[in-house]
Amino acid sequence: MDSDDDMRSVQSSDDDFMDGGDSPFSVDDDDDSDIDLDDGIGFEAQDKDIYPAKKSYEVDFDVFGPEQIQAHQDRQVEEVSNILGQPTESTAILLRYAKWNKERLIESYMDRQDEVLEAVGLGSDANVPRKITKVKGFICDICCEDDADLDTFAMKCGHRFCVDCYKQYLSQKIKEEGEAARIKCPGDGCNRTVDSKSLDLLVGHDLHARYHELLTRTYVDDKDNLKWCPAPNCVYAIDCKVKARDLMRIVPTVLCKCGHPFCFGCTLADHQPAPCALVKKWLKKCEDDSETANWISANTKECPKCGSTIEKNGGCNHMTCRKCRHEFCWMCMGIWSEHGTSWYNCNRFEEKSGHDARDAQAKSRQSLERYLHYYNRYANHEQSAKLDKDIYLKTEKKMTQLQVTASMSWIEVQFLESASQALQQCRQTLKWTYAFAYYLARNNQTEIFEDNQKDLEMAVENLSEMFEKSVDQLAGLKVDMLDKTSYCNRRRVILLEHTANDLKAGNWEFNVTLT
Amino acid sequence: MSGKKRIVKELGEITSSPPDGMRVRLVDESDVHIWEIFMDGPEQSVYSGGTFRLVLTLPKDYPFKPPILAFQTKIYHPNVSNDDKGSMCLGMLRSDEWKPPNKILAVLNMARNLLVEPNPDDAVETGIAEQYKSNRKEFEKTAKDWTKKYANAKK
Ligand SMILES: [Zn+2]
Ligand SMILES: [Zn+2]
Ligand SMILES: [Zn+2]
Ligand SMILES: [Zn+2]
Ligand SMILES: [Zn+2]
Repeated sequence: MDSDDDMRSVQSSDDDFMDGGDSPFSVDDDDDSDIDLDDGIGFEAQDKDIYPAKKSYEVDFDVFGPEQIQAHQDRQVEEVSNILGQPTESTAILLRYAKWNKERLIESYMDRQDEVLEAVGLGSDANVPRKITKVKGFICDICCEDDADLDTFAMKCGHRFCVDCYKQYLSQKIKEEGEAARIKCPGDGCNRTVDSKSLDLLVGHDLHARYHELLTRTYVDDKDNLKWCPAPNCVYAIDCKVKARDLMRIVPTVLCKCGHPFCFGCTLADHQPAPCALVKKWLKKCEDDSETANWISANTKECPKCGSTIEKNGGCNHMTCRKCRHEFCWMCMGIWSEHGTSWYNCNRFEEKSGHDARDAQAKSRQSLERYLHYYNRYANHEQSAKLDKDIYLKTEKKMTQLQVTASMSWIEVQFLESASQALQQCRQTLKWTYAFAYYLARNNQTEIFEDNQKDLEMAVENLSEMFEKSVDQLAGLKVDMLDKTSYCNRRRVILLEHTANDLKAGNWEFNVTLT
Repeated sequence: MSGKKRIVKELGEITSSPPDGMRVRLVDESDVHIWEIFMDGPEQSVYSGGTFRLVLTLPKDYPFKPPILAFQTKIYHPNVSNDDKGSMCLGMLRSDEWKPPNKILAVLNMARNLLVEPNPDDAVETGIAEQYKSNRKEFEKTAKDWTKKYANAKK
């Protein structure tokens, strides 16, 4: 890939956001055709020596904090304000009304200024400051109060109500309906937008803060290229150019500054390599079938040899029965030694020979078995990821304690964290490979996919197993662990690149239609 | 709260001079938030001859939130949900279109007008709406049948 191209693409996506370039506002969305799937790199071009080049499964994106979002919003307002010759306050209203589509706003403003201004409630004389006043003989049309000293308010449109009613109206819109940019005058049939000066006059401090928060939110909500990070309490927004129609060919995975990796398409947690549509189908299926499926993902199983109950306590699938020392695979209950060499038949569901599928019962049983095969592995990786994390946290704590009490020489424990992170990430990927595989139609490609899956799974189990070693053993295994960690990461990249390339090329055949 | 005075005023006005073909009263004299309406099917409509019982519920934030209108009598109409709720929810009855100065009288008149002229483009029952648009005869027949069957129409 040509590095000049890379730089330009990164540069331009930056410009678009920071300097109000064209693309976030592009009038006819459908014109600026498909995203350039082969262009751009994931990182700043000048950091190229430090960061690896973008992988085929990665997409360009930026992360913005609240100040940047606000600053950008302000800059847009200022720019358009100069073009339209309107004060910033009115321009902000116009832009919000036009859902931040700058071109469309300017165009329609040039064509029919009065109409546009009237539509957003900025008709002639709109900027005359309004006051809270008492009006003789006034009856509030909302509460029917008619006290002589009733405080009242009206915007330019003249729809006058008592201040209490006005306040309650605004408070309900802001607090309960989460509206801000497009609150209309309470007057019957009146379309005038309540401007923020009127709002300042009427609402208290708490509502005021909420109002401005909502204004910022609408800015992000209104733009297709911006999405809030879904992590709880996270204040960042992601800027990504991938469009909804591209989601059949790409899984746009982004990483927020808060550390949360998620899909820009559907905002669910990282679900590579499965495209959004499959994820949606799979989750729906899991929900529908949860009762039948649950029993199989239970936390305990019986040793296939002696029958004693074994509880899974680490993420590793290599189980050893405490009683009879029998070693087996947690997932398929097969003998572990067989996994060691020919590794793992256990990631692939062997389609049973056709003859017993003849009667309907066997068929539905087989389809349930097939589903459970994939679901079991999907759920297993989810659970193992949690167990991996637990055991890592325990190990890290023990190590630190040992170092403090000086019974152990100080060693760098960073490698444990890297290993733990790799495990989390790889299991997340593995988990979704099973949902992906469930919907794959069987052909030559499936085998490459399954091989990659098998290799990643083996790498993950080998690394996960390390955490079951005692703490003083671990200290001496740093190099080994680092090796296994980078091997895991490499296997993940290989799997994701393969699936992503073929997804882009439309080479995967699924047994369902993606809609 | 501000609502009470307003509700009492509206109730007084409606009961003293009720709109055409309607009788309005409280379901329970001690609760001004639940109204009962008997609405005659308008002469020029397929519901003619029937009498429909409606319940209008005022939320505690009324008039900042719209009233809730429900047909207690089964009715074949694109804008009334064909379930045990019988709810009508369009136009000013929607919270994003409702404005606090809107009055219950206007709501009732809107409901009555919809009996004369259904709004198939904003339907809850899309099947009935489809039929209303493409096979008016069939629609009218069923609507009349239901009116006889459920709304006590004589013939
Ligand atoms: Zn107004
Ligand atoms: Zn009032
Ligand atoms: Zn975040
Ligand atoms: Zn997604
Ligand atoms: Zn196995």
